[in-house]
Amino acid sequence: MKRAPGLGYAIFVALLLECVLLSLATDAFFTSANLGNVIRQNAFTAILAAGMTFVILTAGIDLSVGSVVGLAGMVCASVMVQGSGVVLGVLCGIGIGTATGMLNGAAITTLRVPPFVVTLATMLIVRGAAYKLTDARTISGLPTSFGALSSGIASATLMLAIFVVSWLLLVRTPFGRHVYAVGGNVEAAWLSGVRVAWIQFAVYTLSGLAAGIAGVLVASRLNAGYPRAGEFYELDAIAAVVVGGTSLFGGRGSIWGTLAGAFFIGVLNNGLNLFRVSPYDQLIVKGAVLLAAASLDRWRRG
Amino acid sequence: MLTAEGVSKAFGGVRALSDVDFRVAPGEIHALVGENGAGKSTLIRILSGATAPDTGSVHLDSVAIPAGNPAATRRLGVSSVHQEFTLVPALSVADNIFLGRERGWLLRRREMNARVREVLAELGLQISTASLVQDLSVAQQQLVEIARALVDDARVLILDEPTAALADPEIERLFIVLRRLSAQGLAIVYISHRLEEIFSIANRITILRDGRTVGSWPANAVTRADLIRHMVGRTLSEEYPPRTTAPGRTILELDRVGAPPRFMDASLRVGAGEIVGLAGLVGAGRTSLGLAIVGALRSSGTVRLNGVPVRFDSPSAAIRAGLAYVTEDRKRLGLFAQMDTAANITVTFLRAFARHGWLLSSMERLAAEAAVHDYDVRGAGLHQPAANLSGGNQQKLILARYLLKPRSVIVLDEPTRGVDVGARAEIYRIINRLTDEGLGVLMISSDLNEILGMSDRVVVMRNGRTVGELPRCDASAERVMTLATGTAA
Repeated sequence: MKRAPGLGYAIFVALLLECVLLSLATDAFFTSANLGNVIRQNAFTAILAAGMTFVILTAGIDLSVGSVVGLAGMVCASVMVQGSGVVLGVLCGIGIGTATGMLNGAAITTLRVPPFVVTLATMLIVRGAAYKLTDARTISGLPTSFGALSSGIASATLMLAIFVVSWLLLVRTPFGRHVYAVGGNVEAAWLSGVRVAWIQFAVYTLSGLAAGIAGVLVASRLNAGYPRAGEFYELDAIAAVVVGGTSLFGGRGSIWGTLAGAFFIGVLNNGLNLFRVSPYDQLIVKGAVLLAAASLDRWRRG
Repeated sequence: MLTAEGVSKAFGGVRALSDVDFRVAPGEIHALVGENGAGKSTLIRILSGATAPDTGSVHLDSVAIPAGNPAATRRLGVSSVHQEFTLVPALSVADNIFLGRERGWLLRRREMNARVREVLAELGLQISTASLVQDLSVAQQQLVEIARALVDDARVLILDEPTAALADPEIERLFIVLRRLSAQGLAIVYISHRLEEIFSIANRITILRDGRTVGSWPANAVTRADLIRHMVGRTLSEEYPPRTTAPGRTILELDRVGAPPRFMDASLRVGAGEIVGLAGLVGAGRTSLGLAIVGALRSSGTVRLNGVPVRFDSPSAAIRAGLAYVTEDRKRLGLFAQMDTAANITVTFLRAFARHGWLLSSMERLAAEAAVHDYDVRGAGLHQPAANLSGGNQQKLILARYLLKPRSVIVLDEPTRGVDVGARAEIYRIINRLTDEGLGVLMISSDLNEILGMSDRVVVMRNGRTVGELPRCDASAERVMTLATGTAA
């Protein structure tokens, strides 16, 4: 499927413009150390946003991903401190994320409760579980090899791989086309023989999988299992998807737009830091940019 | 006196009304009748100021109606009550009646309530002004809608299918009210499919056909048979290509299928290469039956496909078994407006263009190209959004989607609704070609001509039940309408 004319290009131009302007304004921006930093800091959000893109393309929403980042990191860390090894820890972290996603998908398709409410509920439940695992204590003393996972190169590679796979799924498989169809017109999709419930189940599972991977990465970067990890990440992920040009009403958007959206926000943060803008002002600027991006998108489509 | 003169209106090249004259005098109950697509709804939208005509004018006495401004038209004294209620269920009767008519910043409750009580008394409606609309019966809600028009001091009241949701005693009560209002000098435009109603309430009848006025008569100067003849009009032989297929063995068989309250009891069969027309009034349950056949609606009873009982829990399962349902509501249930033409065609059988899970774009493209050619979808490239296509081409696109793989039976729901005459003929030719290849067709249609012109057999539904079956040689407009309305001609 081709994108509608003009759709999704604005964000690439905006990201490029942003980078050029920052390079001109300060020497500190275009250095390998700073760019590596930007990638390392934003890889989690970008990975969450990749999963979120599938969900939002079906006109759904997944508010639970921030909490899943916390729980997946805790599970991963607790398995490792018990001496079961890095590989098993990572697999358990990713597994718990995927399982949460499946739970979301099953609840949404069988209970017929709106995704916003279901994932709001799992957001609370999963965060509670993350605290309960250790009575809110941080798990430290993780194997040193685990920290290597979140190096600049490793997280960049992992992130890119996830985006390439997402792109292939969305553009080159019947599944991806059906994701767009469900988001574009769910009733028409159902009558056309698309297995709507299965598609919905699958996108929340993918979002949970992405959140599990992001959770493991965050734990690696913190070198600890921290029960509050990932708080508000769901909002960052949604912002990246929306800034990247995907419609919250479903059926329209692209995975590369999401990547650009995530880094547009990431580079903005980075620039504000480089210019030592106070954290409070940063929030205000980010909010304004999000609103501007969303309304620009609306205006462009008439 | 409300007068429309020389009114014409086209939508995207399709003429909905051509040079229509219509007038309704104070104290007159004027019925406007015609088949679906005859232009009734366009005409009432123009009379009520909701749509501006391309040419012609509408006057109330000597004042021109502000075209395209329904609120100003209403203030002038022309009110309309549409089929879909516009009441807010959680608000009181008085609040609903004055909704959008509040003056000033504060609600003057005492004044409002007094006026509402007055109007309710006029309508003989014994409910409190404080009752919530959601607690009222459908008939009472209908009267509240009319009360709203009376609060506006309407001089002309347009009622679009006011009895569609009412039971017989309620209809009688409504008629008593309407007769009293008309005796007080209100002009009433009355639209209904139910012919018997028209004879009992109207004192004048105007018939529309294909967007033109066929004629206008005092109600006592025409008979029911005249009315049907004028509504149906043109001769059938020209428009419909001859059918040459001899129906083969039975493929689809329904035995006492029901999905209350939408429809209760339907039995019919469709043979290979046969077109079975499913006729009936709007609301008879035909669309729900179509949906139930493909598993989109849970139903009781037995469905047999090639003699084997089947039960589908989703359209996807029915499609795998060789069935398909082509919707009457293309925009809402058919098209993917954001997807291009090619993707709209291939969506149902997308897996056929994949190997090991990966889509083969070239194969998909070739299939879409072939389908566009076979079904004569014109007006947009494969990669242009399907929303740009005309109604007829959208219909052909959706046909192509479901018929991309051979089907044994297809349910066509109003296959030519909103389709212009040229594309209509092409769709009929496509249907005939498919039945030549052995496809069984169940064609739901409210267009009596289409039913009579295309069907090998006609099944009629009334109030959720199949009530009769007529072979092609016995089917006539009168016989179908008699079965559909349940009254003797």
